[in-house]
Amino acid sequence: MRGWMGKFRSFFLFGALTILLSGCGVDNLSALKPKGYGSDLLFDLMMISIAIMLFVFVIVMAIYTFVLIRYRQKKGQEDFIPKQTEGNKALEVIWTVIPIILLLVLAVPTVQATFDLADESTKGDDGVTTIEVTGNQYWWHFSYPDDEISTSQDLYIPTGERVYLDMKSSDVIHSFWVPSIAGKMDTNPGDNDNTMYLEAYDEGVYWGHCAELCGESHSLMDFRVIAVSPDEYDQWKEDMQNVDPEADAETADAQEGQALYEDNCMSCHAIGDGAAGQGPNLTNFANRTKIAGILEPTKENLESWIVNPEEVKPGNQMPANLVSEDEASQIAEYLMELDHSDIGSNASDEEVEEE
Amino acid sequence: MSTAMSQNRGLGAAIWDYLTTVDHKKIAHLYLVSGGLFFLIGGLEAMLIRIQLMQPDNNFISAGLYNEMITMHGTTMIFLAAMPLIFALMNAVVPLQIGARDVAFPFLNSLGFWLFLFGGIMLNVSWFTGGAPDAGWTNYAPLSTVSPGHGVDYYVMGLQISGAGTLIGGINFLVTIVNMRAPGMTYMRMPLFTWASFVTSTLILFAFPALTVGLFLMMFDRMFGSVFFDTAAGGNAIIWEHLFWIFGHPEVYILILPLFGAFSDIFSTFSKKRLFGYSAMVFATVLIGFLGFMVWAHHMFTVGMGPIANSIFAVATMAIAVPTGIKIFNWMFTMWGGNIRMTSAMLWSIAFIPSFTIGGMTGVMLAAAAADYQYHDTYFVVGHFHYVIVGGVVFGLFAALHYWWPKMFGKVLNEKLGKLAFWPFFIGFHLTFFIQHFLGLMGMPRRYWVFLEGQGLEAGNMISTIGAFLMALGTIIFIINVVYTAVKTEKVSGDPWDGRTLEWSIPSPPPHYNFVQTPLVRGLDPLWVEKSEGKKGMTPAEPLGDIHMPNASILPFMMSLGLFIAGFGFIYQVDDKGWLALVFIGMGITLGSMLTRSLKDDLGHHIHKADLEKDIEKGAGQ
Ligand code: HEM
Ligand SMILES: [Cu+2]
Repeated sequence: MRGWMGKFRSFFLFGALTILLSGCGVDNLSALKPKGYGSDLLFDLMMISIAIMLFVFVIVMAIYTFVLIRYRQKKGQEDFIPKQTEGNKALEVIWTVIPIILLLVLAVPTVQATFDLADESTKGDDGVTTIEVTGNQYWWHFSYPDDEISTSQDLYIPTGERVYLDMKSSDVIHSFWVPSIAGKMDTNPGDNDNTMYLEAYDEGVYWGHCAELCGESHSLMDFRVIAVSPDEYDQWKEDMQNVDPEADAETADAQEGQALYEDNCMSCHAIGDGAAGQGPNLTNFANRTKIAGILEPTKENLESWIVNPEEVKPGNQMPANLVSEDEASQIAEYLMELDHSDIGSNASDEEVEEE
Repeated sequence: MSTAMSQNRGLGAAIWDYLTTVDHKKIAHLYLVSGGLFFLIGGLEAMLIRIQLMQPDNNFISAGLYNEMITMHGTTMIFLAAMPLIFALMNAVVPLQIGARDVAFPFLNSLGFWLFLFGGIMLNVSWFTGGAPDAGWTNYAPLSTVSPGHGVDYYVMGLQISGAGTLIGGINFLVTIVNMRAPGMTYMRMPLFTWASFVTSTLILFAFPALTVGLFLMMFDRMFGSVFFDTAAGGNAIIWEHLFWIFGHPEVYILILPLFGAFSDIFSTFSKKRLFGYSAMVFATVLIGFLGFMVWAHHMFTVGMGPIANSIFAVATMAIAVPTGIKIFNWMFTMWGGNIRMTSAMLWSIAFIPSFTIGGMTGVMLAAAAADYQYHDTYFVVGHFHYVIVGGVVFGLFAALHYWWPKMFGKVLNEKLGKLAFWPFFIGFHLTFFIQHFLGLMGMPRRYWVFLEGQGLEAGNMISTIGAFLMALGTIIFIINVVYTAVKTEKVSGDPWDGRTLEWSIPSPPPHYNFVQTPLVRGLDPLWVEKSEGKKGMTPAEPLGDIHMPNASILPFMMSLGLFIAGFGFIYQVDDKGWLALVFIGMGITLGSMLTRSLKDDLGHHIHKADLEKDIEKGAGQ
């Protein structure tokens, strides 16, 4: 269905509108700069609706301006009593019927797009990826049940193909939104689980937000979608599957850190495959684009997060002062060694940048 | 009961008078003052929100406080500011427009007000007792059910009490309009404001019970250990969303319809023309009210209802744009060919047309279910609903207050100050909210405590905050106008605008009993009909005679006070069963008052013909 709506865009008005609006916002974040199937489809739908609405608005404003200029009381007219018109059947029919037609014009692509985005026909087919997404206060868990891989915060997907997401929440309602690739879908607690799909056109790192008020750090519950070529994606899966969760750290500090990790952190943070635990999965931590979804991935930031997470994300579930600052530094040393794959590492340099 | 008498009685007596009044005109004053105060509180909260969002990564208020702020801003503005201000207008105007001496249930009218006020106070007490509610004005479960502290409990009890008041008020106006119309005032001769109040009251009657049920379930979950919304125990959290929006969508029409009515009256008066397409306007109002119940799930497109439900609700929602469009065109054609006087009331009404049209257009865009996957829960939605609520409801309140102020208080609000207040508010409004549509599409979700640097959102948020300050300035000038008018301005006649409807046929402010003799209505715009035949006022439909009026009573106040006290008992018995004592005391007061009301005959009093004749000499008959 993208076909005929795409053609629509070439009309003059759409062209102008499209250019105007797509100047808005930053790449890989703005819904006005579509980089995936869903957001592209929805961008077209938006343009159709804006065009129809602008058409109506122009007409309303034309009549409005005329009336206000022409019929405003002039000097010496104070006592003029206008004709008391009751109405006009023909006019009233016109402004009832034309809007109905315009709305039907909008309703058709709306229904089409709604069904298109709900399509699950290829789900479960050979070679089609399905990822389980779990929203948690205030982080995201992603597991790849077919491949026995788990990650948190960064979601790796292959470009150019549909990836299905099975979505639920472990606590309150969240909403998964990657504006430049697709629209959003809520993650609900209990049995009301949802499915949507992502299809990224190009490689890149895309910004994701939580869009449903979920508590104090709702505005900090960011995540990334890292889209890589199908080949790289296969490589990444292999890298992840090869991770030995029990592998010993290299440097002495890191080994200390690993021991401390096992005593203090392991109860909540898994390394290796598994369902969403109490805290984010840290298997490939050193490959993360951000710490806790928002901080730059530097060692200092990591240390201050470990010592006082509350400072960064108010109301989050990780306890403060579990370890001393020195211990935090050793743990950070260990976590920074959890570097298992080069895939996406060049992409992660491409920060979202203001144009 | 002349006004001179009440002036001599001093402050204490005046307060007692207002505590016990059952006169719809005084109840209108009560609603106006308390709604106005809550509007200022809500506005202050809005300013704090905008200051926090002035720059990226701001830390002006903490994350927790921010969530309390947005929750209380929304809840206050909808339930404690807009609703009571609308009730203020309905009380001040509807009985006069239909030629009635009072409402159908004066006692209930007073009860409705006091319930609202005590509910509102209860909600705001939470600021001082450990934290306001913080789960958004929509209060979605399970965020609300697990919210620590008692904030959400205050939301539940406060809204339950004030919601009961609204329901009672709605029923009262429904019965008033059905039963108390003057002879000749058929349905199809009612002014549009009365029609809109009628439809709004019907919506209240059917919509508020959904909220009541939702709040009861929430109350039991939070206070008595039930698990309606607890998925871990087999409950379902989505049910709350449905209950809330089955109430919540009609609620937005409850808010806007009366102002649609007010605009209709204003456009017609200040264009010196009858309303264009009167019957289409009535039909559109009824249709909007009806369709308003069919579309609630458009607030839930991303919940996962599936494509069939989403499509049905999308198309149903789009349909509402049709009657709304009809109204816009009819208003413009009311002005077409007219003699337009640019008073402050008219200025606000004229500003409403483009503002509301934009809000309606973004509404249709939101209705396109799939596209809403992008808009939903972003600043685009915030832009949309402020365009309709500020550009429609708030502009409408300002217009209506300028228009009916002389009827309520006998003085015209200063026109210069009126226009001076309008411009900063109008410009500020567009600055604040237009840019928000773009912020949303550029990736800024709503209810965000901070936005991060480098996402291209800085400029837009800054503009929005500047606009908010301009709106605050406009509001302050309006308040200055109110004070200035009260102190300086001369009293005016009963008909300062060359009005068309019945309320302008009696003195301003009207006497206690409104009409000395019930008027005879001979057509649409009854006063205009008489004027155009060269008569000065209405022809009476009855000979001069004694008038029966209801007695004042303190019982409505006591009943509401009792529920207020019991509310605290319910909230705190969770911590300590000793608080149950408050439940018993409070319910005792309420039930005792109800019993008194039931057992004690109160037959009202009569105003005698002789007194009326004296009033007529002073001008009451006009
Ligand atoms: C043509 C008429 C209208 C249409 C088609 C329309 C459509 C919609 C839709 C689809 C939404 C849901 C958006 C979302 O959450 O993603 C929405 C939200 C909203 N609308 Fe409208 N609307 C219209 C008029 C109004 C009016 C007249 C009012 C109030 C006076 C209003 C108040 C609201 C409010 C308060 C919300 C957001 C509530 C919240 O989530 O907090 N709308 N509207
Ligand atoms: Cu709605």
